[in-house]
Amino acid sequence: MNPLLGDRRSTMILVGPALLVYSLVMLVPVVWSLGYTFFEGNAIVGFSFVGLQNFGDLLGDTKVHDALWFTLKYALVITIGQVAIGYLLSLLYVFVLRRSSSIVRTLVFFPVVLPTVAVGLLFQQLFAIAPQNGLVNSFLNVFGAESVDWFGDGASAFLVIAIMDIWRSMGFYGVLLYAGLVDIPEEVLESARMDGATGWKLVRSIVVPLSAPVLVSALIFSINGTLKVFDSVLALTNGGPGTSTSPLTILMFQTSFTNGQYGYGSSIALLLTMICLVVTVFIFRASRRDLTKG
Amino acid sequence: MARRAVRTGTFVGIAGLTVFALAACGGTGGGGGDAVDSFSAFINVENDAAQATLTALAEGACTSENEALPLEIETVPQTNLDQQLQLRAGQGALPVLYSAGNAPALTKTLAESGNVADFEEILTGLDAIDDVQPAAVSTIEALYGGFNALPLEYNIEGIWYNKAYFEDFGIAVPETWDELVDAAATLQENDITAFSASGEQGWPLTRLIGNYLFRSIGPDALQAVADGEAELTDPEYVEAAQAVADLGAAGYFGQGVGSITDDVATNQFLNGSAGMFYMGSWALSDFADVEQNQIGYDNIGFMPFPNVEGGAGDSSQIAANVGLPITMNARSVDENTEAWLSCIAENWGTTALTEANRVSGFVVNEPVSDTPALTQEVQDRIADSEQAVLWFEALFSTAATTTSQTNAAPLVSGSITAEEFMSLVQADLD
Repeated sequence: MNPLLGDRRSTMILVGPALLVYSLVMLVPVVWSLGYTFFEGNAIVGFSFVGLQNFGDLLGDTKVHDALWFTLKYALVITIGQVAIGYLLSLLYVFVLRRSSSIVRTLVFFPVVLPTVAVGLLFQQLFAIAPQNGLVNSFLNVFGAESVDWFGDGASAFLVIAIMDIWRSMGFYGVLLYAGLVDIPEEVLESARMDGATGWKLVRSIVVPLSAPVLVSALIFSINGTLKVFDSVLALTNGGPGTSTSPLTILMFQTSFTNGQYGYGSSIALLLTMICLVVTVFIFRASRRDLTKG
Repeated sequence: MARRAVRTGTFVGIAGLTVFALAACGGTGGGGGDAVDSFSAFINVENDAAQATLTALAEGACTSENEALPLEIETVPQTNLDQQLQLRAGQGALPVLYSAGNAPALTKTLAESGNVADFEEILTGLDAIDDVQPAAVSTIEALYGGFNALPLEYNIEGIWYNKAYFEDFGIAVPETWDELVDAAATLQENDITAFSASGEQGWPLTRLIGNYLFRSIGPDALQAVADGEAELTDPEYVEAAQAVADLGAAGYFGQGVGSITDDVATNQFLNGSAGMFYMGSWALSDFADVEQNQIGYDNIGFMPFPNVEGGAGDSSQIAANVGLPITMNARSVDENTEAWLSCIAENWGTTALTEANRVSGFVVNEPVSDTPALTQEVQDRIADSEQAVLWFEALFSTAATTTSQTNAAPLVSGSITAEEFMSLVQADLD
């Protein structure tokens, strides 16, 4: 194996095609987009150099501030929801359902494979108030409560988004974390039990520390996915009412492709990229701590 | 030596592939005379009358043109139209015909970059310029900075009402804003939604703000904003947003207005759930649809937007426009597309009226018998109108148009105040 990988020509032949495709579809657009941040204009009217003006505008733009706040709020809430419920599901699979967990795993995983737009439409109908009540409002009416215009207010629309996205993805995190939990040696668990660790104590002192690597992976998956949320919000609320559920991605999309401001849109994209990088580095650094040492 | 040659070759190969791929991604980039193999039309999905009329022409008066260059219609939701146009224009991939953007400013931009045909020049060359009504051309020129769009519709806007409800509940046709609010209150007392409006689209709500401004401040109210002589945050402008917000606060738009789509709003009026409906005369085709219209065609009345007491404008200054018109890609102009254009100019007026009950800005070259009374009333009002006004966002940028329309539902549902609404839109105008 070593002689093969030691030959630069062989390495180039093996890695070259993939590297070329990756460069063309990922690196070139990223660098290209970075270049746009110093320009204003679009593909129709052309571009003119504006230096750092786009970054200056970012600082004072209330729409960016609102979108950034929504993005961070969404990422935090959904990440906690996805990973926490996913972890609880994985504990359920391993310690309660054990070998009979496959049918539950399949059912809970099912929403993951549904198209996002279909799920968005489903939840729109579930929480509808016009032209007629959806299931949720009908349910409220049964108990004498008034119908709620879930999509008429930013806070309630956010709640629906959170419920939908957690429901949609908890099965994925359940399976991901389940894979980590089944790797914990049975002997370790057995000896912990013999030492008197059961229930919550077993989970806190043995299971969580030993599943920390996969938990960190799940957190990084989740935080990066939620920071870049686009399709589910677009399908469910289109960023509304007004712009109260518009994350940075939708603002970037509208700025670039509705308002024709490619440069400013790219600056918003760069801001989002930097946030993803900072958050990922922060999680990596935090995860270096040895959880087994309390 | 051999290794160096291989390395150089690899580098040249990668560089070549990169340049090739970038060139492929870069679009055509300009130049004229793109090869046209179909008469592609990219139309907002809500404009079913334009689709129906084009199809009728392809199967009727323009059969030979359709054989030479087959019609292909592609639709897009109106809320995504501006994005799609910008993306396609950037890639040099605009179709032959396409719906002009929601904001006239976008069509102006596309025209400046050579993506829009000059219909004055082409129709004059085709000896078809007389097939277009001068009033429609002048409206288009005022909006788009030139004869850059085809007036497939020529509409007036106002409030359509259910005559039976007005009679049953003793409501006189309102002539002032206060009377309109009273009429709404009476309808609500009788468990009828006062106004049917699509908050999802937003513009049916902002139209009310625009019309209030034209009545209270005068027909130049929004020109003054466009010229920088006034701001939407001025008290007399905020008053208009407040008046519309008050309608929402009183529940006159019904529940969940932000979720109501264009179709649902139309249905609510036509199934009798709502008593009034602000809309353009393009809705006549929906009114004439017997399956959709459960309240009866003759049961629908029209009133212009009422006066505001003490205002500088009056209800004779009717809101008129060319709907969301269709324009043509300048790079697609050739012998076949010109033949299609000539056929459209000659036959659209008659076909739109007979097929879709739609009044257009084209001359009706063949007399149409049995024009429904409501359609005739619209035609008469267009003919009698001495001064027309535009709409709230007509002179706004794309960004301000989007902000206005996406924040209309929060305004009437009380999520934002009238001051906040006007400040948000003004911020995009500054």
